[in-house]
Amino acid sequence: MAACIDMQELSSILTRYPPEQRYILAIMQDIQGEYKYLPKTGLQMISDYVDAPLSRIYSMATFYKAFSLVPKGRINFKVCDGTACHIKGSSIIMDQIDKYLNIKPGETTADQEFSMETVNCLGACALAPVVVANEKVHPKVTSSGIIEIIKVYGGPNDAADN
Amino acid sequence: MMPQIIEADKKMVLVCCGTGCLANGSMEVYQELQQQLANSNVNVSTYTKATGCNGWCEKGPLVKIMPDDITYCQVAAKDVAEVIAKTIGKGELINRLLYRDPKTKQRVKSHHQIDFYKKQHKVALRNIGEIDPASIEDYISRDGYQALNKVLHTMGPGQVVEEVIRSGLRGRGGGGFPTGQKWKACTDVEASVRYIICNGDEGDPGAFMDRSIMEGDPHTVIEGMIIGAYAVEATAGFIYVRDEYSLAVKNLGIAIQDARQKGFLGENILGSRLSFDIEIVRGGGAFVCGEETALMASIEGNVGEPRDKYVYPTEKGLWGQPTVINNVETWANLPVIINDGAEAWASIGTEGSKGTKVFSLVGKVINTGLVEVPMGTTLREIIYEIGGGILNKRKFKAVQTGGPSGGCIPAEMLDMPVDFDSLTEAGSMMGSGGLIVMDDRTCMVEIARYYVNFLAGESCGKCTPCREGLKAMLEILSNFCQGKGSDADLQFLMDTSETMQMMSLCALGRTAANPVLSTLRYFKDEYLAHIHEQHCPAGVCRDLTEFYIDPEPCTGCGLCAQHCPVEAISGEKKEAHVIDQAICIRCGECRNQCKFDAVMIR
Repeated sequence: MAACIDMQELSSILTRYPPEQRYILAIMQDIQGEYKYLPKTGLQMISDYVDAPLSRIYSMATFYKAFSLVPKGRINFKVCDGTACHIKGSSIIMDQIDKYLNIKPGETTADQEFSMETVNCLGACALAPVVVANEKVHPKVTSSGIIEIIKVYGGPNDAADN
Repeated sequence: MMPQIIEADKKMVLVCCGTGCLANGSMEVYQELQQQLANSNVNVSTYTKATGCNGWCEKGPLVKIMPDDITYCQVAAKDVAEVIAKTIGKGELINRLLYRDPKTKQRVKSHHQIDFYKKQHKVALRNIGEIDPASIEDYISRDGYQALNKVLHTMGPGQVVEEVIRSGLRGRGGGGFPTGQKWKACTDVEASVRYIICNGDEGDPGAFMDRSIMEGDPHTVIEGMIIGAYAVEATAGFIYVRDEYSLAVKNLGIAIQDARQKGFLGENILGSRLSFDIEIVRGGGAFVCGEETALMASIEGNVGEPRDKYVYPTEKGLWGQPTVINNVETWANLPVIINDGAEAWASIGTEGSKGTKVFSLVGKVINTGLVEVPMGTTLREIIYEIGGGILNKRKFKAVQTGGPSGGCIPAEMLDMPVDFDSLTEAGSMMGSGGLIVMDDRTCMVEIARYYVNFLAGESCGKCTPCREGLKAMLEILSNFCQGKGSDADLQFLMDTSETMQMMSLCALGRTAANPVLSTLRYFKDEYLAHIHEQHCPAGVCRDLTEFYIDPEPCTGCGLCAQHCPVEAISGEKKEAHVIDQAICIRCGECRNQCKFDAVMIR
């Protein structure tokens, strides 16, 4: 993955903001938006740019949930675990994804194809339980429906051997 | 200038593009409408608007046609041609797209005739669904920026503060602190620099009213903030928005630009002495940042850890300067208070809680969505009259209010008027206004575990009672859900809760025990069933639940087998089916699907 990081592109993200501490969060968000995770090079560059120790940048990158330090899979399943989704069965959906793809929330498959994360609430409670695959919203997902969704994105037909 | 009000010879087609409708494909409907209308030979001139959330997410995508006042529900892109040919072209109604009233079984033409809307009173949401959020002209056409003009040219800053105090407005973000008092405290401090913050870090799962306002009517938030800036003499403002709310970030950004261009933001606003501007700060997805001191730390570019509040932000806030921080919905009410006057605004609501409140009504309720009602409306009115009652005719068990820091309110208290004080008395809180309806298939022990798990993950870890207390409670509650635990554990939960309430640094920790305490208070028998009988009465806790099919009511329709994700159900057509316990994963889908209540638990 590291090979894909274009230093020039990274510095163009940095220079969208003045080199001040209060823009660290915004810079990290833009990098995360671009790469779907925060590459180590990026953290080092922020540190140099705003003149703050790397440990500080790292502490922010790990404090805020929006950031990931590892790359996401080609398809990222965001399972909403807001209260409305929870009482309508979101935990079963996570179990099913784990069963078929062998990943828990926050993990990515070895082939970099799929990852799963949970989100607190997407505000689409009328559609609960909701799963978002990359940008596509799948409403009212059932324990059997998620298997079909996994297949649509090229996942296996059978449960993984755990 | 864009057309503002409905012109006599024109039809306006409003497509709801709130999050719920978008997820159901409303953008395709909108694009299809635009495209087909451009090429159509219908002899009526029209214009289309993509609006913010109408609140009735259950029936989306919604399409409204004005001035005929027609509301179509669950419209798909394939319906567009028919809507144009029949309704727009000939004025004919398309019956199947109209809402069918479940009581009268009649089709209803306009959303104004629907119970879901009839009982509502829109103040904070007054423009949403009516205007294009990206059009400042639309906002101005509905009295937008009039309140600002009024304060700048006819009122002194002190008078504005007095007006807000007289209105009795209390903060809509959770605490319910009187807004005017907060402003006054800020102006009482000598300072050359003051800040205004809009807290849009809506973190409560199941609450999305702030997002709806920021997306659907961003200018009302901006106007409220400028009025606030004038009152407390602030020079800069910040809107802190969750980064996940990308549409809100986008619409606020457009709105700020347009407001600058029109002279509502910047130097010498509308020719007055006030100079003020607003910047958007995108949050990083940390729940604790909804707490004001954590939020300010985050704006400053630090990790979002709260600090002790022996000195209030109104005295030393952002970068050590006096700061007023209010929630999105609070800001949205301000232009109305100024335009209509404090008395008129305060004529709605109860003695201690004036005005209206927006609730997000979600969970096991028929009409999921956003509702705005006068303070003091009862839970029963909200859930049964507006919400249409419980899904699938199940039995109501509880309603959870106030998010993870709130509590669960049982059926006996359904006639309680909803306001700040009565909710606190019932062991819950207003919070940001989430109302999560639960039926008899929701396990209260598991719900307590869910909230504690959520908070344990979101605790910033700075103070010990919150960090360690939540961990310990989570362990115990997880054990309960597996049928392990004892009466001593119950006592430990109570003791830990008390310690956390007293000793935690911020409101997150101090209120974190509410979900546990309120479920223990009203649903102790469920806890005891888990501990003593290893039984989950709701059939949710998987370690304690076994589903079986009662052959008596089972008609052998096969629906359960069809939906079983693991093919654990077998049986001949029209004969009682059987669940293979060795295969069953206890997801409960069969029970959800069964129309004859034949799937039982033991």
